[in-house]
Amino acid sequence: MADKVLMKGNEAIAEAALVAGCRHYFGYPITPQTEIAAYMAKRMPKIGGTFLQAESEIAAINMVYGVASAGYRVMTSSSSPGISLKGEGLSYLAGADLPALVVNVQRGGPGLGGIQPSQSDYFQATRGGGHGDYHMIVLAPASVQEMAELTVKGFELADTYRMTAMILADGTMGQMMEPVALDFDVAPAPEKPWATTGTDMKRPHNIINSLSLVPEELEQLNFARYEKYRKIEENEPRYEAYLMEDADICIAAFGIAARVAKNAVNEARREGIRAGLIRPITLWPFPKKAFREAADRVSAMISVELSMGQMIEDVKLASECRVPVTLCNRAGGMIPSPKQVLAAIRQAAGKEGDLL
Amino acid sequence: MIVFQKPHALTDAPLHYCPGCTHGIVHRLVAEVIDELGIEGKTIGIAPVGCSVMAYNYFNCDMIEAAHGRAPAVATGVKRADPSKVVFTYQGDGDLASIGMAETVHAAARSENITVIFINNAIYGMTGGQMAPTSLPGQVTQTSPYGRDVKLCGYPIRVCELLSELDGAEYLARVTVNSVPHVREAKKAIRKAFENQLNGKGFSLVEVLSSCPTNWGMTPDAALAWIDEKMIPYYPLGVYRDRSGKEAENHG
Repeated sequence: MADKVLMKGNEAIAEAALVAGCRHYFGYPITPQTEIAAYMAKRMPKIGGTFLQAESEIAAINMVYGVASAGYRVMTSSSSPGISLKGEGLSYLAGADLPALVVNVQRGGPGLGGIQPSQSDYFQATRGGGHGDYHMIVLAPASVQEMAELTVKGFELADTYRMTAMILADGTMGQMMEPVALDFDVAPAPEKPWATTGTDMKRPHNIINSLSLVPEELEQLNFARYEKYRKIEENEPRYEAYLMEDADICIAAFGIAARVAKNAVNEARREGIRAGLIRPITLWPFPKKAFREAADRVSAMISVELSMGQMIEDVKLASECRVPVTLCNRAGGMIPSPKQVLAAIRQAAGKEGDLL
Repeated sequence: MIVFQKPHALTDAPLHYCPGCTHGIVHRLVAEVIDELGIEGKTIGIAPVGCSVMAYNYFNCDMIEAAHGRAPAVATGVKRADPSKVVFTYQGDGDLASIGMAETVHAAARSENITVIFINNAIYGMTGGQMAPTSLPGQVTQTSPYGRDVKLCGYPIRVCELLSELDGAEYLARVTVNSVPHVREAKKAIRKAFENQLNGKGFSLVEVLSSCPTNWGMTPDAALAWIDEKMIPYYPLGVYRDRSGKEAENHG
């Protein structure tokens, strides 16, 4: 076991990216993720890497597109309004089948919103974020340790599947400090014979492109991409199940919401309510099977979210609406309290009494 | 004896450009320079969105197709990833001077060591002839059907002059390809813009005044003449900046 160091979540992401072999970072300042850029600005010049503060999030994601085309591990990070700007680039990365890691340390929205934590970019992240038929692999850390682990995993998955992986964190995860171990076994980047590294006059030219004007061909490209997505949905869903073996009430929550929900589950258990938690770690692919199986055993589900209710749609779809699914939420930068979640659990269990 | 042939840096793909369009000439000049400098194997080109969107099919070097206006940012990524490579963008006026102006200005300000070939034909060609940031005052286009009214849509942007205020710009030249002497001048400028990159000198841009007979509604001959009559007076030819050479004066 390696020594643990006390780090902010944002710094853990940055350091883990370096451990994963990322030597190119492009960003633009926005709260609450700027520590990632600051960390990279300090470290990259010392290890022969690239830190570049781009003129905009749009430029940053297109610089990422360039480095990814050249075949190197590359990342950018931002927070909600900045991710909207990156939406164009996310779509082009998908269309050109390029691997990259994008971090979204979410804040409340819409618009300029606020700077406090939020999970209201769930739809944007899990449905792709930009135009066209595509997905990103979306990873949702619930601790500083996971911020680091999932960053490494994100680079590996992006390379394996030639697509964008996104860390969907929130302001709490970015700002809080916890001990973290950074001794990861990192899978080296695979060979990338498709990369635009120059032909060296030894092979036909490589083309990185998302344009396809013949609809029959573009359809085939989409079919092929969705065949890849099908394999990812089969192989890559990750989640944590907490006290689900005998659970009667199932909470669905990710990130900081899952930390709060866990406290509420423990409290409910002390009251004799058999509550449990399924914490999706991959939001896309969504751990559908876990929820589908739970739906046969529990009597109700509660989606706990820092949004007006976005993941709840996936919970309903995955559980095929076999049990009632209710929402327990705060929005705009507010976080549900364990008491609020406990009240929702009591209500679902038909034990309404002293609430809050 | 072979006295004339297609440059190796061009593929055999037939160009899709309209009759009389000067994109083909500029493609050829870029390819000739790549051949002459012997850099095809280490060159990566970035194609824009616009008429030359399919330039990736025409150049034999590795090619990347960028989002509209973002070619300088993509080029920045490629060049930073491996500075030993030669990276050029090929962009039109809508791409470079409208939607991609921020990327253009900041790549120049950073003095990214890249080469930018900028086709200024004063119109959006691919989408069928709309007003460009470089359309001339009074110019009739699909979206300025009564002529470009500067009170309503502002004035054309002179890109070389604009960028010449930036310390980061190494080389800025405006050329055209509407006559044999002009073509020869254009090639010299393009060659210099690539040589600058090989010598690590920084951001070099060559603006090429080009014709669009289709969307200007002219014969190819009349379009070439229109460059002399209308475009050059507004966009004087010349070297606007040559940082490590002499500070250039405009000799339009």
